[in-house]
Amino acid sequence: MATERQADERPEHRGYVAAIDQGTTSTRCILFDHAGRLVAVAQREHRQHYPRPGWVEHDAAEIWRNVARLVPQAMAQVDAGGGDVVAIGIANQRETVVAWDRRTGVPVANAVVWQDTRTADLVDAYAADGGTDRFAAACGLPLTTYFAAPRMRWLLDEVPGLRRRAEAGEVLFGTIDSWLVWNLTGGPDGGTHVTDVTNASRTMLMDLRTLDYSPQMLEEFGVPRAALPEIRSSSEVYGTARTVVPGARIGAALGDQQAALFGQTCFSPGEAKCTYGTGGFLLMNTGTEITRSSHGLLTTVAHRIGGEPPVYALEGSIAVTGSLVQWLRDNLGIISTAPEVETLARTVPDNGGCYFVPAFSGLFAPHWRSEARGLIVGLTSFVTRGHIARAALEASAWQTREVVEAMDADSGLRLASLRVDGGMTSNNLLMQTVADVLDAPVVRPMVSETVSLGAAYAAGLAVGFWPDTQALRRRWHRAAQWEPTMDSATRARGWEDWQEAVQRTFGWIRH
Amino acid sequence: MPGPIQSIERAAAALRLLAAAPEGLGVVELGTALGLAKTTAHGILRTLVEVGFVEQDDHARYRVSADLADLGRPRIDANDLRAQAVNWADSLASRTGEAVRLAVLAEGRAIVVHHVFRPDDSRQELEVGTSLPAHACALGKVLLAWSVGGRRRRERLPALTQRTIVDPAVLGRTLAAVREQGWALDVEELAAGTASIAAPVRDRGGLVVGALGIDGESERLVDTRGRPRAGLVPAVRQSARAVSRGLGARGG
Repeated sequence: MATERQADERPEHRGYVAAIDQGTTSTRCILFDHAGRLVAVAQREHRQHYPRPGWVEHDAAEIWRNVARLVPQAMAQVDAGGGDVVAIGIANQRETVVAWDRRTGVPVANAVVWQDTRTADLVDAYAADGGTDRFAAACGLPLTTYFAAPRMRWLLDEVPGLRRRAEAGEVLFGTIDSWLVWNLTGGPDGGTHVTDVTNASRTMLMDLRTLDYSPQMLEEFGVPRAALPEIRSSSEVYGTARTVVPGARIGAALGDQQAALFGQTCFSPGEAKCTYGTGGFLLMNTGTEITRSSHGLLTTVAHRIGGEPPVYALEGSIAVTGSLVQWLRDNLGIISTAPEVETLARTVPDNGGCYFVPAFSGLFAPHWRSEARGLIVGLTSFVTRGHIARAALEASAWQTREVVEAMDADSGLRLASLRVDGGMTSNNLLMQTVADVLDAPVVRPMVSETVSLGAAYAAGLAVGFWPDTQALRRRWHRAAQWEPTMDSATRARGWEDWQEAVQRTFGWIRH
Repeated sequence: MPGPIQSIERAAAALRLLAAAPEGLGVVELGTALGLAKTTAHGILRTLVEVGFVEQDDHARYRVSADLADLGRPRIDANDLRAQAVNWADSLASRTGEAVRLAVLAEGRAIVVHHVFRPDDSRQELEVGTSLPAHACALGKVLLAWSVGGRRRRERLPALTQRTIVDPAVLGRTLAAVREQGWALDVEELAAGTASIAAPVRDRGGLVVGALGIDGESERLVDTRGRPRAGLVPAVRQSARAVSRGLGARGG
């Protein structure tokens, strides 16, 4: 350990990888050194635009300005010059669609965010002819408003003149990774228009087997191929930055959840992680073979390193985890900061019989019930806000169990322990509850910023800063572990109550 | 109902005067302003210094302390503090190769509110919620050094090892040194064979709201003469400052 304490002075180990984590509510730039240690962080929130109920938009130009500002800010914290950034890696909010003018670099409309449900009617119309799983064989995804292709179709239909301009090659489409790489590599002045397999695997336009656009899906959604980015691997040099950090190589792009799986070094089949942020995202590496789910999970690409075979994953997403805590803070006002939910929840020893199913916009995996709505049940005059806080935290834990059970059923394995990351891992009560309801240890790694770390690792691999995935694995260390302590009778009773509560949310929205 | 207590009235008047004098006041000036004998004024000031409401500078001038200004402010929630500290605590563990703890003061003891394992993947237990005797560990010394009333102990302190500080006068001098140097050390004072180093975490107003530190085998943390090994103190102080910056503290 003594050698690790010293600054690493070997010339090939000097410098930093800059990770850009472009998330739903904020953008961050984090610098990592050769030991995989976080050395600088700069962060900035961007505006959320809600022009109509169910619509969520971002100004892509604002996001780009933030990136251009944050990278130098992070570098300044450690007095890094341009030559000290050996590579840039990007992790981004997935499924959000940007379209921009190739000549001016100006977005033709606000970016349509992954949470946006404006395509509900469009998606229903597609599903009316063959069901929600009609494209699952090709792209691994069910028809929902969650994915990118229906958004592209909506923009092409609704923005005047857009279809003609896209077909003429005047307008470019992409997810946020494409937008950032294009801008970093020069924008209108020769910018590179690419995306990676993980981001492309969330569009519904990519064939999971060929990792190229599916002519059938392009046809179905009417998206001109000329407007789409070239699909590349997740870890390769896409180009060299011509602005922000001129000369730095851009070595990786991954969807944020796949980046977290990479940052947790889940490189072997059966390894899984759950990221607790606004929502919860559980991904399990299933190896180089495509695994189809029969329990409501998505099949997606985990990563592809250069020319190596792609690695696939099963994904179960929970729509509402951290955002429920924000709701307690902003809408109920029973806490003043998110971490205080733990303080409030600890004022009571248990949930007092209260269950909270936060189906605010339906339920994601494994139920996929868009018509479900949230409820709090088991209310009696005994229940206090402490019980409600506790029930809210337990909701994240029970939903994790639902996804883990689906994963176990699809993979035929039983998850031995769960690797966790994300902001909510600083909530000890939640982490203990997850361990209790899963009856399995919950492990937090030393760097809980796994999204950024994964982007940095993939970029560092691409430029040879790190030799291989084994070297990355050696950098993974356990920072905390929660062991299950709940007795099995309590666990079984709670699980039964939770499932009963979930049933009662179904069918609330009646057409 | 008993009448007003004269000494408290005088103390309140002294605080009002000191608060209005940014350059501070000497004993004679204060006594004159309040119409008190020098010995009486001195007694009031000494007591106010002991409870932490007043500070005395090198020129024997007295002024109100930061603690007093912070008296009416709500304290940061321990769970908030942890959320702010997670990244820097991880980074500290990774840099030093040692376990990291973040603690707050409650009823004279250091309560561990965050714990990062020593990064060697050995079996370790999460010790969040554990309470440590403040006088016997670096975290506790930091918390006592900047706490209101924390310096005012008269009884002998319990010994945990042969090296635990048990004399309140010695502890008082140690805490003064901690305030002076900005960090604290314990070498085998809490448990044989272990040492710890800690530094203060400050909030927006500069108030010390927690202590961040490393602990581990004493031979890894200190040399044969009991001095911290190179690089450890700066690493601890930088991390504590980074957490403080996240809480809105200026400089550091």
